[in-house]
Amino acid sequence: MEKESSTGRKAVSAEQSVSQTRSMKKILSGDSIFKGITICFALSILFILLLMVYEMGRESFPSIRQFGLKFITSSTWDAVAEDFGALPFIYGSVISSLLALLLATPLSVGTAIFVTEISQKRIGGIISALVELLAAIPSVIYGLWGVLVMAPWLQRSVQPFLIDHFGYLPFFQGAPYGVSMMAAVIILMIMIVPIITSISKEVLMAIPQSQREAAVALGATRWEMIRMAVLPYGRSGILGAVILGLGRAIGETMAVTMVIGNTPQISLSLLSPAYTMPSVIANEFAETTTRMHSAALMEIGLILLAVTLLVNVLARLLVWSVTRGTAGGGRIQ
Amino acid sequence: MFKNFFRTILICSALITAALAGRASAATLVNGAGATFPYPLYSKWFSEYAKIDPSVKFNYQSIGSGGGIKQTLARTVDFGATDKFLTDAQLKSAPGKILHIPTVMGAVVVTYNIPGIGKGLRLTPDVLADIYLGKITKWNDPRIVSVNKGLKLPANAIVVVHRSDGSGTSAIFTDYLSSVSADWKRKVGMGASVNWPVGLGGKGNEGVAGQIKNVKNSIGYVELAYAFENKLPYSAIRNASGNFVEPTIKSTSAAAAGAAKSMPADFRISLVNQPGKDTYPIVGFTWLLVYQQQKDAVKGRKLVEFLNWELKKGQKMAAAILYAPLPEKVVKMVENTIKTIKY
Repeated sequence: MEKESSTGRKAVSAEQSVSQTRSMKKILSGDSIFKGITICFALSILFILLLMVYEMGRESFPSIRQFGLKFITSSTWDAVAEDFGALPFIYGSVISSLLALLLATPLSVGTAIFVTEISQKRIGGIISALVELLAAIPSVIYGLWGVLVMAPWLQRSVQPFLIDHFGYLPFFQGAPYGVSMMAAVIILMIMIVPIITSISKEVLMAIPQSQREAAVALGATRWEMIRMAVLPYGRSGILGAVILGLGRAIGETMAVTMVIGNTPQISLSLLSPAYTMPSVIANEFAETTTRMHSAALMEIGLILLAVTLLVNVLARLLVWSVTRGTAGGGRIQ
Repeated sequence: MFKNFFRTILICSALITAALAGRASAATLVNGAGATFPYPLYSKWFSEYAKIDPSVKFNYQSIGSGGGIKQTLARTVDFGATDKFLTDAQLKSAPGKILHIPTVMGAVVVTYNIPGIGKGLRLTPDVLADIYLGKITKWNDPRIVSVNKGLKLPANAIVVVHRSDGSGTSAIFTDYLSSVSADWKRKVGMGASVNWPVGLGGKGNEGVAGQIKNVKNSIGYVELAYAFENKLPYSAIRNASGNFVEPTIKSTSAAAAGAAKSMPADFRISLVNQPGKDTYPIVGFTWLLVYQQQKDAVKGRKLVEFLNWELKKGQKMAAAILYAPLPEKVVKMVENTIKTIKY
């Protein structure tokens, strides 16, 4: 009797342990672990971003309290008198990135169209490989090339020519120093061309062949086919590529610092030196000794983050408004 | 599943213990951080010293004077290094008494690119200050011409170049301009990064030198060693005694000799515009920052041994890599200060 019950209990407990391990197995099954890990990864990025904002906000608090809104409207940057205003840096960052984008976009999209639509496969392959090679060059190399080769060339040949022939425009006034807003724009343009080109190329290659065939069948020339069937189809993707380029341009530090002349001033002239937000942080952070100076630099970091975020949101809205309603190709007038 | 999990944990912990054990068994590690200007000399000292005393390893990170001061105050390093002495407020905020140990001196050289003039430009303190204030704008300004009789100075605009990154070089240079020009002191002041009234900013010595090389009729300032190594032209500056003196290792050391009489016990002194016939006027100390009461007896002893070696043997290596050694009088004073370090 006793024996039986004991064996019965054993059986029951054995059954229980089997079901326990089963449920354990269910909890620890590959799928759920994988899911948990990916959630952790996704949340950690959000967490890092929030931590960064919190830390920068905390560190820049003395400057936020001291200067308030004046920080983004004032043009004085005086570490000795501890009077800080970030307007010239915001201006420099935004203008240099936008101008670089303005120059780089047609160049990149044109290259992408040539590679995918016009050139022979082999030549296109060589060109796109070369463009991608540009992306692999570290930015300090661009900077050194900029300050040693490009800036002297600008100073000797390009800028005197512009002053002589277009000097009446406000954009080309002043002395030719070489290092200038213009030098920064050109360097940035060269640096963002590869990223816009290679993504645009991928976008254009993904467009179904039937689109092109349909356009040609309706009697379109090659240009008309590209304009009506290819570009409208790839519009949102190309815009995305442009936004990525903008992100790279705004955050670029080393190369810009070396060629922009590092003078906190707002000038319409492309020939005059300027300053950007990442540059001033890179230049001054290592040698800050006062609390207010480092707080002001931290606040610039915060503004840089905000500007980047703003630009991204605006670009998203742009993509969204452009793609709405024109999902399949353009209208033919 | 569990088995795998445990195995991973076991491997991980084994690796961590191995790493920790590896650290513990190595030589005593003394960490320092700070100024970039003396970094080439310090790294030479530390590698030479490792041959003499292999039981200690010095690890120096040249993160800039500002970072060196911060890390010293936070006691995250065993010693700091700076080109700018600490303020009274900073010393007060420290958790213990901090000693300034001067190691060598640096000079700032005024370099230029004027077509047709290779060498021999002379500048007076007030002219230099007014060029950097934007008051003197042409090379043929009567005030420049009057001290450069033999030179044919062009009627071109002066392009002023300065450092854009915060640096000890700028700190010494602006300290000098503040000491010779009341106007500069009032409008700009001194510091590692200041609000420059005019000019282009170049990043680092190489950035300034690069712009001077490329831009005609320009003027700028770089560290002595950089100017010598790159064979840049430099101007003679009129010193406090009224002589035009060229920057050399000797005329730089002379600045500390000139200041020896008025040297404060804590060595917190600016060396610009010091008296002496052959003294070059744009000079500054660079210091190591050491707590008088060391926390770790072993590290403290090793640090003191190193400091004594640096004062005797190390000083002799300085001139070869273009740093100005301390004059004999100052060495004696520093030796006495090192004796007060407790561990």
